[in-house]
Amino acid sequence: MRHTISVLVENEFGVLSRVAGLFSGRGFNIESLCVAETTDAGVSRMTIVTSGNDQIVEQILKQLNKLVPVLKVIDLTGADTVVRELVLVKVNADNEGKQEVLRLVDIFRAKIVDVAPRCYTIEMTGGEGKVQAFLQMLRPLGIKDVVRTGKIAISRGA
Amino acid sequence: MQMTGAEIFVKALADLGVDVVFGFPGGAVLNIYDALFRNTRVRHVLCRHEQGAVHMADGYARASGRTGVCLVTSGPGATNTVTGLATAYMDSIPLVVFSGQVPTLLIGNDAFQEADIVGISRPCTKHNYLVKDVRDLARIIKEAFYIASTGRPGPVLVDMPKDVLVSPAEYNLPREVKLRGYHPNYEGHPRQVESAMRMILSKERPVLYAGGGVILSNASAELAELARLLAIPVTTTLMGMGVFPGSDPLSLGMLGMHGTYWANMAISHADVIVAVGARFDDRVTGKVDEFAPHAKIVHIDIDPTSIQKNVPVDIPIVGDLKDVLRKMIRHVKGKKEAAAYREKTGAWRGRIAAWAKTHPLTYKPAKGKIKPQYVVEQIYKVAKGKAIVATEVGQNQMWAAQFYTYDMPRTFLSSGGLGTMGYGLPAAIGAQVAMPGRLVVDIAGDGSIQMNIQELATAVQFKIPVKVVILNNGYLGMVRQWQELFFEGKYSHTRLPQIPDFVRLAEAYGAKGFRATKTEEVHDVLKEGFAADGPVLIDVVVDPAEMVYPMVPAGAPLTKMLLV
Ligand SMILES: Cc1ncc(C[n+]2csc(CCOP(=O)(O)OP(=O)(O)O)c2C)c(N)n1
Ligand SMILES: [Mg+2]
Repeated sequence: MRHTISVLVENEFGVLSRVAGLFSGRGFNIESLCVAETTDAGVSRMTIVTSGNDQIVEQILKQLNKLVPVLKVIDLTGADTVVRELVLVKVNADNEGKQEVLRLVDIFRAKIVDVAPRCYTIEMTGGEGKVQAFLQMLRPLGIKDVVRTGKIAISRGA
Repeated sequence: MQMTGAEIFVKALADLGVDVVFGFPGGAVLNIYDALFRNTRVRHVLCRHEQGAVHMADGYARASGRTGVCLVTSGPGATNTVTGLATAYMDSIPLVVFSGQVPTLLIGNDAFQEADIVGISRPCTKHNYLVKDVRDLARIIKEAFYIASTGRPGPVLVDMPKDVLVSPAEYNLPREVKLRGYHPNYEGHPRQVESAMRMILSKERPVLYAGGGVILSNASAELAELARLLAIPVTTTLMGMGVFPGSDPLSLGMLGMHGTYWANMAISHADVIVAVGARFDDRVTGKVDEFAPHAKIVHIDIDPTSIQKNVPVDIPIVGDLKDVLRKMIRHVKGKKEAAAYREKTGAWRGRIAAWAKTHPLTYKPAKGKIKPQYVVEQIYKVAKGKAIVATEVGQNQMWAAQFYTYDMPRTFLSSGGLGTMGYGLPAAIGAQVAMPGRLVVDIAGDGSIQMNIQELATAVQFKIPVKVVILNNGYLGMVRQWQELFFEGKYSHTRLPQIPDFVRLAEAYGAKGFRATKTEEVHDVLKEGFAADGPVLIDVVVDPAEMVYPMVPAGAPLTKMLLV
């Protein structure tokens, strides 16, 4: 099963390689990983999407907790959370396709951020389902490139 | 007062109570060696290879319970410590390795003798540091010792660039360590303890399965008290030899691949197993799906990651073993339930005793050949069971575990997790440095001893009177054993036709050499060798065909043992 894990870490040299090394060294997989500073400049948040059975995920959570610079580990899976991903897509926009691209951008509340002859670059954010649906709709038009941030997540409520 | 990084280093070690450093100098740590030269509080033992230095620090730590300390130079000095670090990491041994590093400005430039030791050692240390500012040095040293020795102990590496060591700063050793991401949990949850006790008392076929954690927690007395209070038989892992007296009637000896028949049978028929500071390693469980099929499992460990890692656990208790065992004892001490339980479980102990009778630990004497097991028995006799025994790896290690009775913790030093050949001699030297008055014996193989034989020079130079007994079978015996059993006796590259004359080799190093080639000589040669001053190497030419039994083939369940 897929899990989204939020990890607060000391914002210090080498911490990313400790976390990444833990996953590779123990054969856990990382589907996506986002890291950035929190409101406290001394603390970074990593959002890691991983998958495995219950026993593996339990090990992942415990092993993360064991790292000295890890301050807090939260498994957001199943919790009431807002999950988002940012996607940049370069898509074919020749004569026939152009209208369809514009229509999809409108429907998905995406944004065209760069225009070139026969190519639009689109920015879109959304949860997993929306991102997938959007890319699926664009595919027949000819996607030239996709860059995704990987997921970030935050719990709902105060 | 301003001091250089090197002076801060030496003063911090002294202030933290470090009495000895095992090390080897080089360019990046010259300033430290200069500061060491002028100090009188910290002793330095010069090893002959940095791997030796780490194993010495490790042996020192295992024998004494104190944190071992190493000092090495950058690049090759640092990379030579990796096997030692991995050995200590697998067995949770508290030690701190300090390495020199090229100047900060050169890091990443492939400078002379540069190695990214922080990157290299990350997966085999509990934590590691690169010191970037001399003002952080004392704090980091303090933290390194704290992390190494608390919670589940382990090795920590501190990498110190040369410029940090020559820069000046105020000496400021913090009194306390503040790490917001590191809070080992020492106290077992009372409700979990209560559930565990209820579970144990409701069962009839209990076994205590104790590992190296009991040594690390100094909880042998508590373990023995609980075992005796409820008359629960105790089996130990290789790492746990000595945590419960091997001569106690409740002792089942070692379990697992080369465990006793009755320990493996007991585990396989138990209805409740209490794992204390052990981690269900594959050498212990055999085929894990068929491990202890009838048992509920209580698992006590300070490290939450050990729990539920290899086997499903019914009642996990995270905490310091000493604390948890005390709470368990309190539950039943002086209560009628304890006596009733002892009585209820009598039949179970009877069953185990019957297993022990049908298949004791034994070997078949052979005319004209010295049996290695006999040698180990004689070591026990001559040492009166009072030695600290270090081992190498292979058959020698297993026989040392099987045929010597360990009654005290910290008397059996062996690379259990990593199985590092070459561990024993330097570990014995480290143990002897920690325990100068004790008899320290390395039970060695002819293969393993050659992996760190150079440390004989260290022993001679510093008058460290370790006694090495080589069970010389002319083979990488344990590998040969697997080839005999599983590869149709094709002994591919396991015969050692070119073994040095160990007696003359010992003499070349300035140590004393002895040899036994006949069974009748063994006792007297050991006696003479152990009584001799200084480091001694005793070469015992043993039966090359001897096998370690019982044996559970890898991947088989514990009940499928090959027996003598
Ligand atoms: C550094 C290292 N290399 C290889 C091995 C694999 N290995 C395990 S036991 C063994 C044989 C050891 O030979 P020896 O020291 O003579 O011991 P014996 O089994 O003959 O008693 C080997 C090669 C190991 N454990 N460690
Ligand atoms: Mg051998």
